[in-house]
Amino acid sequence: MATSIDPRQSRRTILHRLDLGAVPYAFIAPFFLIFGAFGLYPLLYTFWISLHRVELSSLDTMEWRGLANFTELFEDDRFWNALSNTFTIGVLSTVPQLLMALGLAHLLNYRLRGSVFFRVAVLTPYATSVAAAALVFTMLFERDFGMINWVLGFFGVDNLDWESQKWPAQFAISTIVIWRWTGYNALLYLAAMQAIPRDLYEAAAIDGASRWQQFRTVTVPGISATIVFTIVLSTIGATQLFGEPLIFGQGPNGISGGADNQYQTLGLLLYEEGWKNYQMGRASAIAWAMFLILILVFVLQRVLARVLSRTPRPAKAPRRARPSRTS
Amino acid sequence: MTTDIAPVLADAHGRTTPTAPDRRSGFRRVLRPGAGRQHHAGPVAYVLLGFAALVSLFPLYWTMVAASTDNTRVSQTPPPFLPGPNLFKNLATAWQDAALGKAMLNSLIVAGVIALSTVFFATLAGFAFAKLRFKGRNILLLLVIGTMLVPPQLGVVPLFMMMADLGWGQSLPSVIFPTLVSAVGVFFMRQYLTEALPDELIEAGRLDGAHSLRIFWSIVLPIARPPMAVLFMITFVHAWNDFFWPFIALDMTNPTVPVALTQLSAGYVRDQSVIMAGALLGTLPLLAMFLVFGRQIVGGIMQGAVKG
Repeated sequence: MATSIDPRQSRRTILHRLDLGAVPYAFIAPFFLIFGAFGLYPLLYTFWISLHRVELSSLDTMEWRGLANFTELFEDDRFWNALSNTFTIGVLSTVPQLLMALGLAHLLNYRLRGSVFFRVAVLTPYATSVAAAALVFTMLFERDFGMINWVLGFFGVDNLDWESQKWPAQFAISTIVIWRWTGYNALLYLAAMQAIPRDLYEAAAIDGASRWQQFRTVTVPGISATIVFTIVLSTIGATQLFGEPLIFGQGPNGISGGADNQYQTLGLLLYEEGWKNYQMGRASAIAWAMFLILILVFVLQRVLARVLSRTPRPAKAPRRARPSRTS
Repeated sequence: MTTDIAPVLADAHGRTTPTAPDRRSGFRRVLRPGAGRQHHAGPVAYVLLGFAALVSLFPLYWTMVAASTDNTRVSQTPPPFLPGPNLFKNLATAWQDAALGKAMLNSLIVAGVIALSTVFFATLAGFAFAKLRFKGRNILLLLVIGTMLVPPQLGVVPLFMMMADLGWGQSLPSVIFPTLVSAVGVFFMRQYLTEALPDELIEAGRLDGAHSLRIFWSIVLPIARPPMAVLFMITFVHAWNDFFWPFIALDMTNPTVPVALTQLSAGYVRDQSVIMAGALLGTLPLLAMFLVFGRQIVGGIMQGAVKG
């Protein structure tokens, strides 16, 4: 037969090559383009704005200020107050939430009748919007007729003014966060728990480990990756807490986080600076401070994890011997 | 119960157990021997779980109760625990006072568009990361995962300025565009397709001369339908409930549901039972979705939780 290449064939190979080479990039391009335009670029541009004075009323005029926004921020008591509130509400909401999620996941991991019902039930708060959840809890925590004070009354506790006092207010706001996210995190843990091979439990049982010891030495290490994942997610969420305190304050008190800023978070302060005081440059500085704090927290977490991981871990399953390649 | 949706996992050597997609729930039902613990729950476990379910559901039940009474009854002690007669009256009042009608429509459009586009682009990119070979694949995938750590809200100031420049201030595109894609979605689809899409199918398609787009359309999409449905629902929930950016980007004349609900709390509406009616209305669409597709949503969240 003739050895000349059929032109149709060659066009096909070119197209085929192009297809294999370019198409994958075309498939992932939309994600990167949209993220670049509306995620990465704004983040970097935030830093640029934070070096200027920009007023909400005249967004086109940017006056160079260098690092003045940051230095003023670090001298501002409201910033440190908001930072400490964000931290305390973050701890108050994240730690009990994840611990309860762990316990809940453990319970859901038993053989259950109606397991689907329990799973859907504990996930329902996750379907409730911040706004709706905050409205309901604001009412439950109401001073004069709120259900929570009514229940506390049975124990001889006088009506607490949840909103106006610092710690009760922060506790109440944390409750909203805990209610919304505990079930969600429990399901994440449950998924990881179901992936732990049962022979690990059997081995532990043979070694005489009690249920509790099995939980500590098999379950928790087995889902440690997921625990880290939920800590990261919760930390990001806690840093940006906004809707719960805003609505809890019912109106003008919301943005300032209470009459004495007793529960003003960084997110609220950012909003107040930008959209109430019209200082977009300062708002940007707060946004970047939040970002840096987030990075700092993750670095600290890594360091802590390093330190903590020195505790002896249960031995991993032995690797199967691979056929050795002797040449 | 054999209806548990168990995640598929790579074993220590990175091999996975491919299983056929389950026709009914869409997720593989893996009957791996020795997965999880099989202790039967005792009475204590049931009591604790019952308590957890009660705590989870009670605030929603009570929202309904409060929404069906009136302002004086809500603020009496002991508080009401049974529904009253005024539910529809309060719903109608909330509907008018908080512009909830418009807000519902807005939220439907925003959440619908965002969920559709997230699912589509996540499936495209997830397929590429799962099954196509190209230079820099792993680094790009790491980049996608890295973007999860960038909270989008931190760009609110420039976003606000961008939207003003584009002439989208106070309009729905300003809320829709920033969240058209999601890294979590891409990762979720990649995990699923890596497992569920046999390489042989793609090879067969290639041998038949189908180009990648054709393969995507006629082979990938049909197989990926179940996780796409789940991703759609989860994204819809998130978009419907999103608060920080919409609150900044939109005003009260053109709000989404959560933004409209702040109107209720901010003292414009004095009637507590009307406020609760608004909260109930704003949650109703998602609750309905949970009632119908709760099992699939639970399965989806658990599937996405497993890191490959």
